[in-house]
Amino acid sequence: MKIKVRLFATLRDGRGKEVEVERGESFSTLDILEELKIRREEVALFLINGRDGSFETQLSEGDVVSLFPPVGGG
Amino acid sequence: MSGYIGKILRVDLSSKTVKTEDLDLKLAQKFIGGRGLGTKMLMDEVDPGVDALSPDNKLIFMTGPLTGTNTPTGGRYMVITKSPLTGTVACSNSGGYWGPELKFAGYDGIIIEGKAAAPVYINIVDDKVEIRDASHLWGKVVSETTTVLENEHGEKVKVATIGPAGENLSRIAAVMNDRGRAAGRSGVGAVMGSKNLKAIVVKGSGKVEVADADKLKEVFSVCMKKIKENGVTGQGLPTYGTAVLVNIINENGVFPTNNFQQATFDKAEEISGETLAEKYLKKKDPCFRCPIACGRYCEVDDIKGAGPEYETIWAFGSDCGVSDLGGVIKANYWCNEMGVDTISAGATIAAAMELYEKGYLKNEDLGDGPELKWGNTDAIVEWTKRMGSADGLGAKLAQGSYRLCEMFGAPELSMTVKKQELPAYDPRGIQGHGVQYATSNRGGCHVRGYMISPEILGLPEKLDRFSLEGKPAWAKIFQDFTAAIDASGLCLFTSFAMGAEDYAGLMNAVCGTKMTGEDFVQSGERIWNLEKVYNLKAGIDSAQDTLPKRLLNEPIPEGPSKGWVHKLSELLPIYYELRGWDANGIPTTDKLKELGL
Repeated sequence: MKIKVRLFATLRDGRGKEVEVERGESFSTLDILEELKIRREEVALFLINGRDGSFETQLSEGDVVSLFPPVGGG
Repeated sequence: MSGYIGKILRVDLSSKTVKTEDLDLKLAQKFIGGRGLGTKMLMDEVDPGVDALSPDNKLIFMTGPLTGTNTPTGGRYMVITKSPLTGTVACSNSGGYWGPELKFAGYDGIIIEGKAAAPVYINIVDDKVEIRDASHLWGKVVSETTTVLENEHGEKVKVATIGPAGENLSRIAAVMNDRGRAAGRSGVGAVMGSKNLKAIVVKGSGKVEVADADKLKEVFSVCMKKIKENGVTGQGLPTYGTAVLVNIINENGVFPTNNFQQATFDKAEEISGETLAEKYLKKKDPCFRCPIACGRYCEVDDIKGAGPEYETIWAFGSDCGVSDLGGVIKANYWCNEMGVDTISAGATIAAAMELYEKGYLKNEDLGDGPELKWGNTDAIVEWTKRMGSADGLGAKLAQGSYRLCEMFGAPELSMTVKKQELPAYDPRGIQGHGVQYATSNRGGCHVRGYMISPEILGLPEKLDRFSLEGKPAWAKIFQDFTAAIDASGLCLFTSFAMGAEDYAGLMNAVCGTKMTGEDFVQSGERIWNLEKVYNLKAGIDSAQDTLPKRLLNEPIPEGPSKGWVHKLSELLPIYYELRGWDANGIPTTDKLKELGL
């Protein structure tokens, strides 16, 4: 299964804007972090297909995961 | 007196008289300062029914007790007046260095009355205050005006000025200070222009007394630690500024595009904070004593200057379908030079583009100006300039989106609340933020209660942005807290890291008061209710606590928030009840008594 991962702000350093993570049958956002060597505390916000999810949610083929470090403004 | 200077400058431009009055300390403490105290003065002195652009309106520049002190971000001032855009109370807040300088010169604020017979500016050097001829400045853009005044009065003076937009009474004109900082919203620059007042130059040699310097050091270091350790204020904002929001808001599917017809922009990456940092950012541009330093300074071709902020990138970018970030920087530059609010200017051009798309606005209306087609970079730059100089169709654009759409027979295309342009978040996918938009005392605005913080950014905790549960209560507390922070003279961005007790601690150390965090927030509630009462007296009733029909009736057509409308009718009655207001949104006598109003 392949999952598209979109990275933002400082999480792009050394990784690029978008990567594909491929693993066995079933995996979660936590597995993606491990694969991309991103510590959990570096991620302040993340979205699965533009919606809130949990780190443990099992992803499905075609899902898009967006990862953000702490950012804000207004 | 500590925190407060204890003096208010009153300038009558009609009779050319200047006098200094003692600050009523009890009154100041009751309303904190800035936004609160300024609104109280407006309420006491200006009939809410006044024509905002008549000499009977007053223009109040007010600092907070923490402005000019050694507190994190202690550099804000506010411009309070009756708004020519909304008809409500206007309170526009700005950073930079002008506010602290006013206190160093020996004043908490300035009340400007009447109207000068010919263009003038006010020059303040401590206790020497002169009203001077400004005929050589009239018509000049902001940077040139500032340079001329620095040449005349010395490089170290601080200048607040209007540009051509304010002179031309554009209802979306700003008061600019330190060249690139703006008291941007609600048309406060037009009120200044209506008084024939071009600029206020300030130089001060004093300082702000502090009640307990040791205590302040202690509280200051606690607050600084929180600001540095918080991900947003310690890392996100310093690195990318506010523009980093472009991708986040777009990924959530609440990034208004083509005048709120869509909520995702397929070219968001091209106008993102990441792209800004990579291609155009030259340096950071911080305000007075700011440890966050979110301000940007960018360069493109022969143009360089402050900004652009997230809201500006959205207004001229996705809201106009424009993906050329260089063009957005140029439009932002011309807003700063002409002295016009970037949110209202961009959003008004977006409305004009939809009027053009739908055939209300025709080719012959354009004169020799560029076509108002989605994505046309020339249009956002050129029409911003013409808005400032009130040239042709530009004069109509300068009246803001609501009046423009009304003139062309399609008021429903104006994405405004109380005639003020909505900013960069589609409330259909952020239900609490929509309550806040609808009930904002100055019309469409994101900084009366920034519900994006809990609903998108997860601060102080993550809320489900589609859920209605608890949202009116969140909106109320954010509004009250924000009003108090504004009034104190600190920047709202500190609230990403600091809590009510922190602000109360700073207030107590500086002013010698014994305020609790709860007292601080209640002062904000007092300010909120005072603003509401002013608006009701001005004839702005709660029928105007609403959103554009598009956001209530038309579901978002695509993206992660697809299918959602804003459910205001379910939320508003709960909000009124929590506020202690009646079903018509009018504060009850008991509530006003409880707040000492």
